[in-house]
Amino acid sequence: MPSELPDGDPAPPSGRLPESALAGLGTRPFGVYLHVPFCRVRCGYCDFNTYALPELGEGSAGQVGGFVDELLRELDLAAGVLSQGPHHPPPVHTVFIGGGTPTLLPAADLVRLVAGIRRRWGLAEGAEVTTEANPDTVTAAGMTALAEGGVTRVSLGMQSAVPHVLDTLERTHDPAAVARAVAAARGAGLQVSLDLIYGTPGESLEDWRRSLDTALALEVDHVSAYALVVEAGTRLAAQVRRGQVAAPDDDDEAAKYELADAILTAAGLQWYEVSNWARTPHDRCRHNVGYWQGADWWGAGPGAHSHVGGVRWWNVKHPTAYAARLAAGHSPAAAREVLTDDQRRDERVLLGVRLVDGLPLDTGPLAGTGQVAGLIADGLVDGPAAIGERQLRLTLRGRLLADTVVRRLLG
Amino acid sequence: MARTGLPPHGTPPDRIRNFCIIAHIDHGKSTLADRMLQLTGVVDGRAMRAQYLDRMDIERERGITIKSQAVRMPWEHDGVTYALNMIDTPGHVDFTYEVSRSLAACEGAVLLVDAAQGIEAQTLANLYLAMENDLAIIPVLNKIDLPAAQPQKYAAELAGLIGCEPEDCLQVSGKTGEGVEALIAEIVRQVPHPIGDPTAPARAMIFDSVYDTYRGVVTYVRVIDGDLNPRERILMMSTKVTHELLEIGVSSPEPEPSKGLGVGEVGYLITGVKDVRQSRVGDTVTNASKPAKESLGGYRDPKPMVFSGLYPIDGSDYPDLRDALDRLKLNDAALAFEPETSAALGFGFRCGFLGLLHLEIVRERLEREFGLDLISTQPTVVYEVTLEDKRVVTVTNPSEYPDGKISEVREPVVRATILAPSEFIGAIMELCQGKRGALRGMDYLSEDRVEMRYTLPLAEIVYDFFDQLKSRTRGYASLDYEPDGDQVADLVKVDILLQGEQVDAFSSIVHKDKAYGYGVLMAGKLRKLIPRQQFEVPIQAAIGSRIIARETIRAIRKDVLAKCYGGDITRKRKLLEKQKEGKKRMKMVGRVEVPQEAFIAALSSDPTDQKNK
Repeated sequence: MPSELPDGDPAPPSGRLPESALAGLGTRPFGVYLHVPFCRVRCGYCDFNTYALPELGEGSAGQVGGFVDELLRELDLAAGVLSQGPHHPPPVHTVFIGGGTPTLLPAADLVRLVAGIRRRWGLAEGAEVTTEANPDTVTAAGMTALAEGGVTRVSLGMQSAVPHVLDTLERTHDPAAVARAVAAARGAGLQVSLDLIYGTPGESLEDWRRSLDTALALEVDHVSAYALVVEAGTRLAAQVRRGQVAAPDDDDEAAKYELADAILTAAGLQWYEVSNWARTPHDRCRHNVGYWQGADWWGAGPGAHSHVGGVRWWNVKHPTAYAARLAAGHSPAAAREVLTDDQRRDERVLLGVRLVDGLPLDTGPLAGTGQVAGLIADGLVDGPAAIGERQLRLTLRGRLLADTVVRRLLG
Repeated sequence: MARTGLPPHGTPPDRIRNFCIIAHIDHGKSTLADRMLQLTGVVDGRAMRAQYLDRMDIERERGITIKSQAVRMPWEHDGVTYALNMIDTPGHVDFTYEVSRSLAACEGAVLLVDAAQGIEAQTLANLYLAMENDLAIIPVLNKIDLPAAQPQKYAAELAGLIGCEPEDCLQVSGKTGEGVEALIAEIVRQVPHPIGDPTAPARAMIFDSVYDTYRGVVTYVRVIDGDLNPRERILMMSTKVTHELLEIGVSSPEPEPSKGLGVGEVGYLITGVKDVRQSRVGDTVTNASKPAKESLGGYRDPKPMVFSGLYPIDGSDYPDLRDALDRLKLNDAALAFEPETSAALGFGFRCGFLGLLHLEIVRERLEREFGLDLISTQPTVVYEVTLEDKRVVTVTNPSEYPDGKISEVREPVVRATILAPSEFIGAIMELCQGKRGALRGMDYLSEDRVEMRYTLPLAEIVYDFFDQLKSRTRGYASLDYEPDGDQVADLVKVDILLQGEQVDAFSSIVHKDKAYGYGVLMAGKLRKLIPRQQFEVPIQAAIGSRIIARETIRAIRKDVLAKCYGGDITRKRKLLEKQKEGKKRMKMVGRVEVPQEAFIAALSSDPTDQKNK
């Protein structure tokens, strides 16, 4: 079951944004997120807004077929809304196609989407265009088609190299598929990132080491590693509640995070966000960095979230409701929030501390905070960086307790 | 019903009947009283508010009567008009003294028992009081309309208790009205009329005293000798204070001013005082100009038996709490309080109560009527601690427990009466032994119902005795107790330390044999309730410097949301906002953040823990 949307204020059917939000358009990087809410099957741990094809029932094939047109219709609406401000929207710096399983759509559809973005706003020089992919759905021909259509990067959901862990996660791919998918993507000239999950019930420290080693053996330049979270309403949550599988343990996950950081660092990948490691700054995911640095982005698709100049909004979740809104000529936004200054400050802190560059101590939201000495004393904040560079940067321990640090900074 | 009532101040004593109703909570006293008000015509059906006599919301909701009142009702019997004064009595064990004063104002009592449940321990206690006061007892089985009613069985039980025949027990239904007229007739026939000296200086006993926002204190009295008249000065014999009588009258049931009150009459006085402490239950009122030589006797200062600290959850509510307690005190002579500071809980008040129910009622009124959120510390009793240097310290709070060499500690004890089906004798004995009780006697009330009498330390009763008694007897047992002096006991103070810092709110005075159990229980509870911190937090239980139990809260290693992408930001920020709110409700003990909820949960007795003890 997909997770619930947050509560917010009503969003206008026109999708119109307040002037204040549009005023700074172009002064920040601008990204587009496209959400493809379809999967062949739903994995037991997943609470993303995605629908296994059988869940959609009769005519789902037609729905998927028409889906690209609906996304393009929302991009038309976006182009209209963004051109109402004083500045012309800039060319798009980053595109991220997520899901769901975007590669469930034919490569030609994904290429049409990229072309649609280019036609409306243009793509900036050296723009990053990422698509997520399930190793099962990747073919060499498909990768080549994507690369030719403007895609530059692929993020593969590897999750684990250990069969019993993949079983518990209900992932369908066989571990060997990952190597084939990486080869196909690299053959097409794409940057490759692998997603890993640690803390799955039954996963030993040795299992996790094996997954990390396997990922590194594929010589990728980017790895994301996420602790498994048992989200309410998922099949996994029900299994945990019934005692069929053990709940993930924080201490175990902490040990696995430390192991990941050690192994990845030794292999030449450096952390640049709490859950992300890259070989060089060029290998970082710029689209995601935009989320953490307060960039503007338009999220199109069911349940997608957007942010422009201090206004956040999110679309209705179900593909049918989404399609109906657009067919009626309305914005698919379910609700939105116009952030107060305090809320923007809180967000800058909670997002900024997650990054390797951290936050400046003398300007911005942390100016005047009296908490830093205590955080250094507790080993959560890097002392030399705070003293020498005047930057608040988390230590390894601090990364594991990042939410504690944020509460201490803002409490 | 009588066409016209007899005027107060001129009613011959032989036309007066003063009676009360003795009943257990839920046995239908208020419903029966309502029915009498209707039958005697003092309240018509339309004006009838269900359970007219119970004025306060809490009373109505919990179905119990806290404050009693008196109603004068006219009734014609064999062509003669009578004035019936029905004096309502509180039904709970905490208010035994108030009950005894109400009984002293009567010549007769209706013993009202639920025909489906039989007599309960508190009713039995009040019946003893009534019989000691030589009241005529009219046994009545109520709720005979209920399918589960067993009037024969319980009539036999009542007959055995009061020495009458089972057929002498009247059968009524307050709900349908069946048998109520016959009951009123029996009251006129069986209850003796009052006897007093009309020419003597006035002596009237205060049996209740209520604060009214508009009128100040309303004092309810029963005149024994002489008379009281409007505008005269009266003297309160125990406090030696005089007041002018601004108004005197009777309730029927709304107040009706009269020309005075004569021998045997029951009514109210208004003097304009604002504080019930100036008009105390049990005191004797006399004429200031020609005072009586001797008071009626029986007056007793209300004495708090149970103490608990009340603290506002939001420290800025402290002044509001003080104002609220001041207001409650106007109407509750037994409530005592003084400021107290706790390192863990901040500023609050040490409050004294007559018993646990009294504590609960006060707390509930503070929360409901005054909108306060409160933490109450574990109730304790009053200990007399004698030091080796012969100094005696009175301890109502574990923090006052002296550190020096102690030669003796005395604790209050109670005589407890427990009524229960006989199948539970074993379970009750086991419970009472575990609570350091001494069996004083046991009697069968009927074939399958037993009365057990115990001496028990009050401290054991205030902890969780009643809940356990109920759970071990599937709710069938009832309990009554009254103070019975004190005894020497082998007691110690157990402290709880968080990271070496004593948490005063968790200190407790317990029997030596139970100290270890208490220490282990509290340390274990706190380990579960206090969230993991960035550092390891040892929890220790100690007697003096001796550690008797230890638990450790391990340091937290991970507190970070792994994924925080575009769609997660709003949710994450909202969570942070909630946590910031939550942090305001954290109390710091040294460096340890303890959520308010942990204090509340640790201080409330958790039934699941108790079952395992």
